[in-house]
Amino acid sequence: MTSSDPSVQLDHTPGHIKHDGHNLTGFVIFLCSESIIFLAFFAGFSLFKLTSPEWLPAGVDGLEVKMPLINTIVLVSSSFVAYFAERYLHKGNLWGFRIVWFITMLMGAYFVYGQYVEWSSLKFGLDSGVFGGTFYLLTGFHGLHVITGIGLMGLMLFHSFRPGNYEKGDMGVTSVSLFWHFVDVIWIILFFLIYVWQRY
Amino acid sequence: MIGAPDMAFPKLNAAAFWLVPVFAVLLMASFFVPGGPAQAGWWSYPPVSIQNPLGHFFNGQQLWLLAVALSGISSIFGAINFVTTIIRMRAPGMGFFKMPLYCWTAWGAQTIQLIGLPALTGGAIMLLFDLSFGTSFFKPEGGGDPVLYQHFFWFYSHPAVYVMVLPVFGIFSEVFTCYSRKPLFGYKFVALASFGIVFLSLIVWAHHMFYTGTPNWMRILFMFTTMTIAVPTGVKVFAWVATLWRGKLRLTTPMLFCLGGLVNFIFAGITGVMLGTVPIDIHVGNTYFVVAHFHYVIFNAIVLGVFAAVYHWFPKFTGHMYYEGLGKLHFALTFIGCTLNWLPLHWAGLLGMPRRVASYDPEFAIWNVIASVGAFLLGVAAIPFILNMVSSWARGPKAPPNPWGAIGLEWLLPSPPPAENFEDDVPTVLNNPYGYGLDQPQVADEAFYVRRAQEA
Ligand code: HEM
Ligand SMILES: [Cu+2]
Repeated sequence: MTSSDPSVQLDHTPGHIKHDGHNLTGFVIFLCSESIIFLAFFAGFSLFKLTSPEWLPAGVDGLEVKMPLINTIVLVSSSFVAYFAERYLHKGNLWGFRIVWFITMLMGAYFVYGQYVEWSSLKFGLDSGVFGGTFYLLTGFHGLHVITGIGLMGLMLFHSFRPGNYEKGDMGVTSVSLFWHFVDVIWIILFFLIYVWQRY
Repeated sequence: MIGAPDMAFPKLNAAAFWLVPVFAVLLMASFFVPGGPAQAGWWSYPPVSIQNPLGHFFNGQQLWLLAVALSGISSIFGAINFVTTIIRMRAPGMGFFKMPLYCWTAWGAQTIQLIGLPALTGGAIMLLFDLSFGTSFFKPEGGGDPVLYQHFFWFYSHPAVYVMVLPVFGIFSEVFTCYSRKPLFGYKFVALASFGIVFLSLIVWAHHMFYTGTPNWMRILFMFTTMTIAVPTGVKVFAWVATLWRGKLRLTTPMLFCLGGLVNFIFAGITGVMLGTVPIDIHVGNTYFVVAHFHYVIFNAIVLGVFAAVYHWFPKFTGHMYYEGLGKLHFALTFIGCTLNWLPLHWAGLLGMPRRVASYDPEFAIWNVIASVGAFLLGVAAIPFILNMVSSWARGPKAPPNPWGAIGLEWLLPSPPPAENFEDDVPTVLNNPYGYGLDQPQVADEAFYVRRAQEA
């Protein structure tokens, strides 16, 4: 099979394995996994909605849609804004990136504020049957993701001020904006389940 | 095995590892809170798991749930790491169909973790809210549904059994080929069957719920899916048997453990199919038949496979050879012990002995006595094992790079391998690692790597 005679010189070119650039792959895998937890909650919500004998708690006759709709529009458009920020970065326009990225963060913050206003105006709580439970669980869990997203964007913004940081690649920004789109898509599903579906 | 110097994310790896002591402490702490630790079993079904009779906000069940959630996070970190590493850090030339089967099965197992664990975590969060924050997801009086929790739980916990067994399928494939000096029969099918198992394992969970108010259509459906899982599993079993067939068998310790494990696995697979049959399960569900079934898989097949792996790779890990005699003694005691321990409990179960009881009727005594003898024998079996590991590691004969004449990247390195494996000179892979007797090199310039390992 193989010769171990040390006098024979062997012709040989070394092979290599990439050491870096895995972050995006890892992050995408993480997002796929994370989406399952939302799927589990969505499945739970739909089941309760379809089978629960009394859905709305006493004294509550549905959810106000206007405010959440504005919120939805803001969040969805912020996804596009984030995309433009990323484009600036790819073109090497750092200040363009910083400003547009910051606008994305502000839109995210507005969403959280809107959510807060809505929560404080509601007449039911976490313990108001499965309706209250699923409502706060879904919106709260999603809200945590929004807040995490804003935090991550802040981190990226901070990093952008470190000299030379983005010459090595922008993997962080790509992943974070992917996360932001993810949070956005989840919200759209959530909006349809919780707010739109209640009319039917 | 794939030539990578390290995991794709070494820090994440460390984080996943160090979360283990954190949640272990959390879990142990539950013994010291008022009311004591969680008492709802590993299923933790509501309503038992959401009772909080003493009314303390901090209670054992809550700590248990937090520990489960943390261990889930740690496993997800690990799974992301494994999958990324396997996808992106294979040696040059190592296409997916040139990977060792162990990597295929580990990949499959970690994929299950990524899909199943979030669902369990979702269920655990809802349970925690029911327990501590007054929601009623699983409380009928608030419109909730306790059975929903069972779905979340088994959606993960059935696939979890394949997380355990898939890597052992990988071990079987490595060991059987190496010690019968034959290529793996149907390599591609065995590799793909791993993902067949992943997929099917995700759609059979309700076979754990045949007797908990599951509607009939669902029972029939899940009975059917449960049966289909025998197909990819059968592919693997037949491939191993065909590999062994007319091979030049060397009955070393790892080979013995794998043969024993395979026999037991086939047996346990059959009792699994029995349990997956609704009319049978309605009768033997929640009896010792179930206990016997899953111990047959988890101990008699999986743990035996893990022992095989420990022996097979021991020289590679430690740089020392183990003592074959002690290894064989360990195998003999383990095999006899585990058979005595779990085989009789099938009878106890068929006769109707319920599981999770502190005491039993005299009619079941004989089976339990035999089982106890087996259990003590298993305890004794640990002695030669520990003796072997400790003494060979300390002063066993020095191991050459490739004591078994095995094929595989790890065997082209000195024993034990240097910290970053191949570092900056990774072999280019030409063939899958099962070319026994085919006179085909696994990598380009094989002679170079063999010599380098020998000289190191
Ligand atoms: C491959 C490795 C396997 C492992 C590690 C395993 C493990 C387990 C475990 C731990 C349980 C008990 C869970 C509990 O009730 O606490 C169980 C029950 C069961 N297993 Fe398996 N199993 C395996 C294979 C199979 C196969 C191949 C089948 C069917 C084709 C099967 C069918 C069942 C069924 C139907 C039950 C439920 C019995 C009942 O609760 O009434 N298992 N298994
Ligand atoms: Cu199962």
